[in-house]
Amino acid sequence: MFSIYCPYCEEHREEEEFHAKGQAHLARPLDPDNCSDKEWGEYLYFRDNPRGLHHELWVHGTGCRKFFNITRDTQTYEIKETYKIGTQPRFTATQSQ
Amino acid sequence: MTQQNRLQTGGRINRSRPVSFKYNGTSYPGFEGDTLASALLANGVDVVGRSFKYSRPRGIIAAGADEPNAVLQLGATEATQVPNVRATQQELFDGLVSTSTNGWPSTDNDMMSYIGKVGGRMMPPGFYYKTFMFPQSLWDTYEKFIRKAAGLGRSPVENDPDMYDQMNHHADVMVVGAGPAGLSAALSAARTGARVILADEQAEFGGMLLHSDEKINGKPAAEWVASVTQELRGMDNVMLLPRSTVNGYHDHNFLTIHERRTDHLADLAPMGQIRQRMHRVRANWVVLASGAIERPLVYGNNDVPGCMLASAVSTYIKRYAVVPGNDLVVMTTSDRGYKAAFDWQDAGRKVTAIVDTRAEPTGACVVEAQKRSIKVIKGSAVIEVKGNKRVSGAVIASIDASGNKVTGNVRRLSCDTVASAGGWSPAVHLSCHTGSRPEWRDDIQAFVPGKSVQKQLTAGAINGSYSLAACLDEGTRRGVIAAANAGFGDQSDELVEVAQTDKVNEGPTMTLFHVPHTKPTSRAPKQFVDYQTDVTAAGIEVATREGYESIEHVKRYTAMGFGTDQGKLGNINGMAIAAKSMNKTIPETGTTIFRPNYTPITFGAIAGRHCGELFDPKRYSAMHRWHVESGAKFEDVGQWKRPWYFPQSGESMQESLNRECKAVRESAGILDASTLGKIDIQGKDAREFLGRVYSNAWAKLAVGKCRYGLMCGEDGMVFDDGVTACLAENHYVMTTTTGGAARVLEWLELYHQTEWPELEIYFNTVTDHWSTLTISGPNSRKLLAELTDDIDLSKDNFKFMDWKAGTVAGVPARVFRISFTGELSFEVNVQANYGMYVWEKVFEVGAKYNLTPYGTESMHVLRAEKGFIIAGQDTDGSVNPFDLGMSWCVANKKPFSYIGKRGMAREDCVKDNRKQLVGLKTKNPQVVIPEGAQAVGDPNQPIPMTMLGHVTSSYYSACLNHSIAMGFIRGGLSRMGETVYYPQPDGSVIEAEVCSPIFLDPKGERQNV
Repeated sequence: MFSIYCPYCEEHREEEEFHAKGQAHLARPLDPDNCSDKEWGEYLYFRDNPRGLHHELWVHGTGCRKFFNITRDTQTYEIKETYKIGTQPRFTATQSQ
Repeated sequence: MTQQNRLQTGGRINRSRPVSFKYNGTSYPGFEGDTLASALLANGVDVVGRSFKYSRPRGIIAAGADEPNAVLQLGATEATQVPNVRATQQELFDGLVSTSTNGWPSTDNDMMSYIGKVGGRMMPPGFYYKTFMFPQSLWDTYEKFIRKAAGLGRSPVENDPDMYDQMNHHADVMVVGAGPAGLSAALSAARTGARVILADEQAEFGGMLLHSDEKINGKPAAEWVASVTQELRGMDNVMLLPRSTVNGYHDHNFLTIHERRTDHLADLAPMGQIRQRMHRVRANWVVLASGAIERPLVYGNNDVPGCMLASAVSTYIKRYAVVPGNDLVVMTTSDRGYKAAFDWQDAGRKVTAIVDTRAEPTGACVVEAQKRSIKVIKGSAVIEVKGNKRVSGAVIASIDASGNKVTGNVRRLSCDTVASAGGWSPAVHLSCHTGSRPEWRDDIQAFVPGKSVQKQLTAGAINGSYSLAACLDEGTRRGVIAAANAGFGDQSDELVEVAQTDKVNEGPTMTLFHVPHTKPTSRAPKQFVDYQTDVTAAGIEVATREGYESIEHVKRYTAMGFGTDQGKLGNINGMAIAAKSMNKTIPETGTTIFRPNYTPITFGAIAGRHCGELFDPKRYSAMHRWHVESGAKFEDVGQWKRPWYFPQSGESMQESLNRECKAVRESAGILDASTLGKIDIQGKDAREFLGRVYSNAWAKLAVGKCRYGLMCGEDGMVFDDGVTACLAENHYVMTTTTGGAARVLEWLELYHQTEWPELEIYFNTVTDHWSTLTISGPNSRKLLAELTDDIDLSKDNFKFMDWKAGTVAGVPARVFRISFTGELSFEVNVQANYGMYVWEKVFEVGAKYNLTPYGTESMHVLRAEKGFIIAGQDTDGSVNPFDLGMSWCVANKKPFSYIGKRGMAREDCVKDNRKQLVGLKTKNPQVVIPEGAQAVGDPNQPIPMTMLGHVTSSYYSACLNHSIAMGFIRGGLSRMGETVYYPQPDGSVIEAEVCSPIFLDPKGERQNV
């Protein structure tokens, strides 16, 4: 069970208070009507599954109800950082192995 | 009974507290302080089980968690049955009842053993896979047979009467294991003021020191243990957990600890006490001092009762004052095995020989053996033992320096016990739970914890530091470092005070796992590697010969390590044998992965208080008591308990539904709709936001009006629906399905926070703030008019889809004129704490209108008569608004590309012939099609038939006098009037006509009166 630092509450809390919402930084296309089926399909369904650092969207569901991002190592489960929506991660995957 | 193997003095048992226990129906005596295993050995019980595959008699081998054979069933009554108890870890109490778990008709006389003897060669590894795979249809039969033969204990068939609970902790330093290293670490960490938790699986702290002759600071080790324990006990910042196994080491230094609080006292926990507790610890730093497990050597017939670990022999003699035999042969690859022989001799029994596999052993203990006149046979090994239910002799032979072959001089020694010492395997399990792979160290021929992936340190034997001096030193220093890392004290070495002990002069160890025999392994007597799953050295060689190269595949093919002991004794030997037969090194072969739990754990401890009434929270509306008193039957909707229907005496369910539905259609009914999700939405951009998350238009919804909306995902599929009312220009209240409330709120927050943070809008859940009373039926207006004097209910001033504020029964209320039944209908919302009051007032005036309470099932029937969908029943995530025939609820001209719009335009969503929701009218009006039934176009088509869709809602309508159903049919909207068929499991076929799903009042006149 993870111990997660909520960047809004500014505290470490137990994973039970949160849930994961999948890959972070998936921006909704600004003009959906002019996306091709392929482009819309990519946005809807295609996700990264990296071995190593991964940016994930989480929500502090039973806490402040805020969404935020986590940079997590999918091998060691180490959480490198948590950061607010609209900000950029400090840790990014160096070229994948 | 005499306890013929009990010594008159010594040990840590309490001779003044005799106890009596039962094993397989016979009563035996023992003492407080015994384990079940030590008491069985004291009484000379040799056979404690039959083996898994070959049904060979098995005895106690070990003295701790590593015991593979003495896995017993406990419990004096049916309700207190506990399977999978290692006798070596079960403390003895008066009245304990135990039985062996396998052997039929009994452990002593087992039918299967004859099959095992005759058929041994017919049961190679992979036997079950190879034999029982085909035909697949017979697997159920095979499985019963295999389970009976395997004897894996049984779970009770009555409810567990004991209480269990869970406790959460935070610790600065969590120390696992209270041997010399763990005690030292806990003490040095605790002295800095850090919050320390120290857990050990045994009743007493001290680990191996409890049976050691060594001295610490000049005094017997046990005295040091007592003084350290006492100091720790006196510290407020320390929690001591004896009888507590750290079973799992999870992410981010989260540990689960299984504490057995009363298992040593009685079959059933004493009144008011918790039997077992699960501690859930979040630690800043962890020090693993979990010690090491002795490896047995692999030799012929090494499973005959009387074959034991050398360290276990010492433990039984020194700690429990039990000598588990009369005549001992020790086989050892190092100085370590000698101790068992010395302890045995000190206990006054005969040591026939120490068989040392090393050609020229040199350590101090060799000199002592000479002094004690114990015969040491060098450069030799026990290659086989004789005996069936007890060792009767050992066959020894000279072996070469590499330990690969027998060089001659085969002879037989008479003995009843063979103790083997094959070196130590550090207990790396917990470290492996974190995902860290263990590393092989050639110098100690063992795996030690690899690079840590958590804030973890290791101390003592887990690092391969086996000497007492090293354990004390590492423990003390790691404790200081862990505390300093957690922010307590500093790491300066001068402050560290390490307990002192004598250095022991040890000779080198010989590398040997598998003792050679005069015959090749395949023809030699069985040489067991994993006792619990009956895996032999020959079996592992077969597996590698058949091409299984990965150790994970060898494990699965042979079942090595699959027992409840997770192969604590046998795994390393098995890997070494696999490596050798593939001409690889052990690190090249690698290890299998250890996973939680370290030892078996009860379901009770996992569940804690989360069972029965407390399994899941229940939610009740403010009117719940009234429903109960009115005899309602309830159904679970999410966590809510909703009235399902209100049977009157003697009524069947269908009769209740018929009566409730007719009352609504003919006069008035009332539904408790408080459970519907309600989300309060405010902000100047609220209207814009609603337009983006609903598929229909919201731009022109005026204050005082309500509107129904469909909510879709980005894929265009419907996931929730509900009515939203405009309370003020910047203020709305949205209703959701009962089960979807939390999901919808999170969905709104997700889009606001991550996509459109520029919109000014706020959401809050107000589901529990309001009680909702839905009064429905032609007399609902008249009824409500009697309860309000400030709301004009007239047809022209309070139109369908309007809402008004006012008072009902004198209570402030919001009244919505919306309808889910198709009748004239008012939803009265009052503050939840007035709910019951208003509900009762409504009934006071309602009697003359035959006001009838109705539940969710009648609500379902009433709405189905009108063809209204229920999101989650008539939708399943693959249905868009057009499939539902609800194109009227899709706005194409909204300027913003709302959620779902692009999805609905995908190629698959716009193709012809999608499955569409239609009404279904059975040819026989009395037959109700089962929900979920599959439609076909031709019931005579050979199987597999072409399926056209399925039924989503189906009821008998008393108001219409025939059954009604809704369901999906491929291209259904253009198949009106066609006949479809629903084949049933009993062979019959239900015929139905495709029709409009609106069965009643298609023009909607009844709700517009």
